[in-house]
Amino acid sequence: MHLVLFAAGDPLYDNGVGWAVLAIVAIKVLVAFGALMGAVTLMIWFERKLISDMQSRIGPQRWGPFGLLQTLADGIKLFFKEDLIPNQADRFVFKLAPYLALIPALLTFAIVPVGGTVTVASHTFLLQVADPPIGILLLLAMSGISVYGVMLAGWSSGSKYPLLSSVRASAQMISYEAALGMTIVTIVLATGSLSTHDIVTAQAHGVWHWNVLRLGLVPFAVFLIAITAELNRPPFDVVEAESELVGGFHTEYSSLRFALFFLAEFMNTITMSAIMVTLFFGGPAGWVPNIPHIRWVFPILWFLGKTVVFAFCYIWFRAALPRMRYDQLMSFGWKRLIPLSLGWMLVVAGFFVNKSWGFAMAALVLVASLALTRSFEIGATREQGPESVLPVVGARPMSAEKLRAVTDGDVESGEEEN
Amino acid sequence: MLATYAIPDVIVFVVASALMLVGAVLVITVKNPVHSALSLIMTFFGIAIAFIELDAHFLAAVEIIVYAGAIVVLFLFVIMFLGVDRPDVDTGEPLVGQRPLAALGVLITVAGVVVMMAHSHWVTGASSASTNGIPSQGGNDNIKALGTAVFTTYLYAFEITSALLIIAVVGAVILARKERSLDLVGEDA
Repeated sequence: MHLVLFAAGDPLYDNGVGWAVLAIVAIKVLVAFGALMGAVTLMIWFERKLISDMQSRIGPQRWGPFGLLQTLADGIKLFFKEDLIPNQADRFVFKLAPYLALIPALLTFAIVPVGGTVTVASHTFLLQVADPPIGILLLLAMSGISVYGVMLAGWSSGSKYPLLSSVRASAQMISYEAALGMTIVTIVLATGSLSTHDIVTAQAHGVWHWNVLRLGLVPFAVFLIAITAELNRPPFDVVEAESELVGGFHTEYSSLRFALFFLAEFMNTITMSAIMVTLFFGGPAGWVPNIPHIRWVFPILWFLGKTVVFAFCYIWFRAALPRMRYDQLMSFGWKRLIPLSLGWMLVVAGFFVNKSWGFAMAALVLVASLALTRSFEIGATREQGPESVLPVVGARPMSAEKLRAVTDGDVESGEEEN
Repeated sequence: MLATYAIPDVIVFVVASALMLVGAVLVITVKNPVHSALSLIMTFFGIAIAFIELDAHFLAAVEIIVYAGAIVVLFLFVIMFLGVDRPDVDTGEPLVGQRPLAALGVLITVAGVVVMMAHSHWVTGASSASTNGIPSQGGNDNIKALGTAVFTTYLYAFEITSALLIIAVVGAVILARKERSLDLVGEDA
C-alpha cells in the first residue's frame, strides 16, 4: 500500500549525517513536542467535557469556544500559585520527581510512527521521531522508569498518605509490567522485529493483518488492561484513590509541579493510546485516496482518528467503572493476567511453527490452566475456608465469621485489629 | 590511539563514563539510602549508553528494563517499607573484619582488571569484547544473533538459569509466608 518497506531503520540516515539531516531531526523533535503539548491541552478539555456530558453536567464553557481555552486558563492560574514545599520533605527529590514523571511520557512518543514516509528536498524520512533497533523495548524501559516519578514524589513529601500511595504505585506497576511484556513478546513474534516501524509495516495490508485480529483478541485485551494499570488510570487508580489516600502521591504538591504531574498523566494517556494503535491497529495504515501531493496526509489522519478512539475509551472507563480494591487489583494482575498472557503467547508461538505444534501448545496450556484453577481453589480455602490461616498483609479480608470470632471476644484487641 | 576514534564516539564515551563513575561514587558516599538508589539508577543509565555505543542495543534495553525499572524499584520499595531512610538507624559494623575483607575484594577486582588489560584490547576491542568472535552486526541482526546464541549454543545454561530463578522465587514465597494460626492473632495485635 502506501507504506514503503524499509528493513533497516529510517532512510534519512542512509546517505550519512549532514547538517540538513540534523535540521530535519531537530524539526521532527520540535514538531512532535509541540503537537504533544497541544494534544495534552485538548485531551484535558476532552476529558472534562466528556465526563461532564456523561454525568449530565455542562463542564468548562467560559473560556474560548466550547471552553477550549479552559486548560490554558488553569495552567496560568497554577503558574501563579504559591509553590509550597513541606517542612519534612526531601527537597531535592521533591523537586526532581515531577520531571521524572514527565520525561518518560515524552520519550515514549518518539517511537510512535505517526505516518508513512515523506520526501522533503530530496531527503526521504519516516514520520516518527526515532526508529531505534530496540524499538518497542523503549516502551517497556520508559514505563519502568515512569514509576519513579510517582514513587519518589510520594516518598519525598515526608507525609503519610503520599508514602502509602507511592508504595502502592511501585507494587502495582511492577505487577502489571510482566503481563505487558508478555503481550509485547507475542507481537514481536508475529512481526519478527522489535522496530515499531516494522510492526506497523507488517500490518499495512488490510484489516485482517492487524494484530488485534491476527493474534486473537486476547493480547489486545491484556495489553489494554495492563497499560491502564501502568497509567494509574481509572479503574486502576488506587494510587490516587481520593477516598482512601487524600490526593495520593501529589497531595503535598502545588503550583507548577502539580501541573507537571497532570501534564505527565495526560501525556501518558495520549502516548499509550498511540502505542495501542501502533501495536494492534496498524498505526497509520488505512485507505488512501489517490490524490497527488497530499497522499501523505491520509495516514496521519488515520493515525489521529484511531488514537482519538482510544483516548475516548480511557475517559469512558473513568466515567463508567468503579475503582478496584487494592487486593483485587494485585490478585487480578498476578493470578489472571500474567498466566493468561503467558499461555496465549505459547499458543501463538506454537501456531507460528506449524498447526500440530499449535494444537499441542493449546492442549498443554489448557491442562496448565486447569491445574492453576485448582490451585487457586485450594489457596482460597486456606485463606477463607475452615482450615484458614490469617492472610498476610494485603490479602483479601477474612470471612465474616472469622472476623467476628476475632473481634467479639475482646473489644480492645478488635479495635487494634482495624 | 585516540586519533582512531571519531569525535562523537569519544564524547559519548566520556559522558557515559562520567555518569557511571559519578553515580557509582555517589551510591557509597551519600547518607540517604533513597539517594543511593537514585545514584544507582544514574549508573545504570551510563552503562546503557555504553552498551548502545557498543552496538549492544538489546543489552542496553534490558539494563534499563530489568535493573533500573524493576530491581531498584524493589530496593526503594523495601527502603520505604522498612523505613531505613530514617537518620536514627545504627551505623555500626555488623560484620567483624569487613573492612580488611572489602580491601581484599577491591584488590582482587583491580588485579583482575589489570590482568585483563594486559592480555586483551579491552579499550579498543569493542568488537572482540562484545560479539565473541561473531562479526559485529548492527540493529536487528544483533538481537537475532543474541537470540540464536541463547536458544542454541547456550540453551541448557539459559534454561537452567530460569529453573534456578523459579526455585528462588518459590523459596522466597515459602520463607515469607509463615502461616500463623488464628489464636495467635490477639497476642500479635
